[in-house]
Amino acid sequence: MIAAPRRLTRTLGNAAFLVFCWAATGVALIALAAILWSLLRQGIGGLDLKVFTESTPAPGSEGGLLNAILGSVMMCALAMAVAVVVGVLAGTWLSEYARTSRYGSVVRFLNDVLLSAPSILVGLFVYEIVVAPLKGFSGYAGAIALALLAVPVITRTTEDVLRLQPVALREASVALGAPVWRTILAVIWKAAQGGMLTGALLAFARISGETAPLLFTSLNNQFLNLNMAQPMANLPVVIFQFALSAYDDWRRLAWTGAMLIAVSVLAVTIIARLLAREPRRS
Amino acid sequence: MEAGPARTARGAALDRVFEALCFSAATLLLAALGGIIVSLAIGGWPAFARFGFHFFTTATWDPVAEVYGALGAIVGTLVSSTLALLFALPLALGVAVFLVELCPSVLRRPIGTAVELLAGIPSIVYGMWGLFVFAPWFAKHIQMPAMMAAPAGSIWETLTAGVPNGAGILSASAILAIMILPFMAATLRELLMTVPSQVRESAYGLGSTTFEVMRKVSLPYVRTGAIGAVMLGLGRALGETMAVTFIIGNAHGLPTSIFASGSTIASTIANEFAEATGEMHTASLIALGLVLFVITFAVLALARLLIGRQAHA
Repeated sequence: MIAAPRRLTRTLGNAAFLVFCWAATGVALIALAAILWSLLRQGIGGLDLKVFTESTPAPGSEGGLLNAILGSVMMCALAMAVAVVVGVLAGTWLSEYARTSRYGSVVRFLNDVLLSAPSILVGLFVYEIVVAPLKGFSGYAGAIALALLAVPVITRTTEDVLRLQPVALREASVALGAPVWRTILAVIWKAAQGGMLTGALLAFARISGETAPLLFTSLNNQFLNLNMAQPMANLPVVIFQFALSAYDDWRRLAWTGAMLIAVSVLAVTIIARLLAREPRRS
Repeated sequence: MEAGPARTARGAALDRVFEALCFSAATLLLAALGGIIVSLAIGGWPAFARFGFHFFTTATWDPVAEVYGALGAIVGTLVSSTLALLFALPLALGVAVFLVELCPSVLRRPIGTAVELLAGIPSIVYGMWGLFVFAPWFAKHIQMPAMMAAPAGSIWETLTAGVPNGAGILSASAILAIMILPFMAATLRELLMTVPSQVRESAYGLGSTTFEVMRKVSLPYVRTGAIGAVMLGLGRALGETMAVTFIIGNAHGLPTSIFASGSTIASTIANEFAEATGEMHTASLIALGLVLFVITFAVLALARLLIGRQAHA
């Protein structure tokens, strides 16, 4: 007599839970689809050759995003060049030299915190140490801010993939008479290069869409500028400025820019994931 | 015979150089974090010195009169992040359980990747989408009905008052919730996968339903890490800048209702820093930054301690 209703509530409770889980996943997928759909619908109309060949226009006239795209590419490239060197070395130190040291665990912990620290604070920091003393916004300052955001990602992934390499590999190399640095360079890094590339791509995906730290480091520039010591246009800040403007042409360009950024970031993310999944050749 | 030892000596010397290089790179990270704290403290000092404790207890933000109080931005940050967490946590748990327990194995990889892509969309794109697509929808289907339904004179009416344009604290929280959902779902999923299958199967063998296995076996098993995942989501929401700047309405002062315009620490800095009117304005914005840093650092540090090194996002 008691068992039947109890069983019913349990079954119903379980059914409600399962439906909720399906629904939650549905919400996430619908959000993704809705965002991509609006980007394509609003962005693809403005996509023509001018976007890539002309600089940002004054309100009411025609133009493209050339200066912003070039600025973004240059700043991201410089930032990645710095961040890969620092991040890979720091990750190597954490994995190869500091597995058990106390200082190592402090660095590891703070790196994890830095990994999700608000990017706008990194912008403030770079403003204080670069922009304010040099009395000017510049592409270099923007690149430094982006590099600071990329380093923790690369450090983390480098350490993780290096730790996966078997100890026997290191022992074999050392037994052949190779010094430790050669072992790391020629054996460990080589074995882990796929994973390290994934980390670099994820870091690139993260910084290429970052806006907040660029607002007061590289600022913006209405004109085409390839001198990184000057304020530089970049896609995210141009999108921010144009999207909140009252001009229709500017808003259209903002949507096109947003689509370009989102598509490239998502493409890089997918490539990184595919690389990470590739089975390791032994 | 000579070559061998000489080469070994050179190799060993380079060993020290290489280790020093790696060590300096790691120390650079530490220096960056230390530098952030020190530079924010120095830059914000004039504001703390001038306003003292009032900086935290007043909500006046008036660049013309040069009076700055952080309370409005601090409350806006905490309220929007907490609301975002309340929306995102059940959803993230649902997604994680779906991916671990329910998903047909053919769909597991594509759906998992799709959720990861949600995490990859840049903040500014969320902002644009939030302002131009989500806000109008939100105003029409959630804000207006809620305002209509509110009985006059009740607390409900106060809570839902505001301009029905869809920009405000609640819609900012909704966007934040979508943004932190994938991070929390990914961490929860990794945690749930660490539950030993013997334990789960034993519970199923006793006749438990999926819900009961989750509630009484799996979740208690990963409890500490799950709290860490929640804190990680909170940390992300607290510091999120661009999306919030687009949609929160950017009004200073204490928010009066959940639909009212407000501001967060990050959105205030993003909006005003490049065009700050004077030294005290700049100093106050940097002081706000320091407050944000202290809050997020505490939350993120706690999150990392709880999650541990096994499962990470």
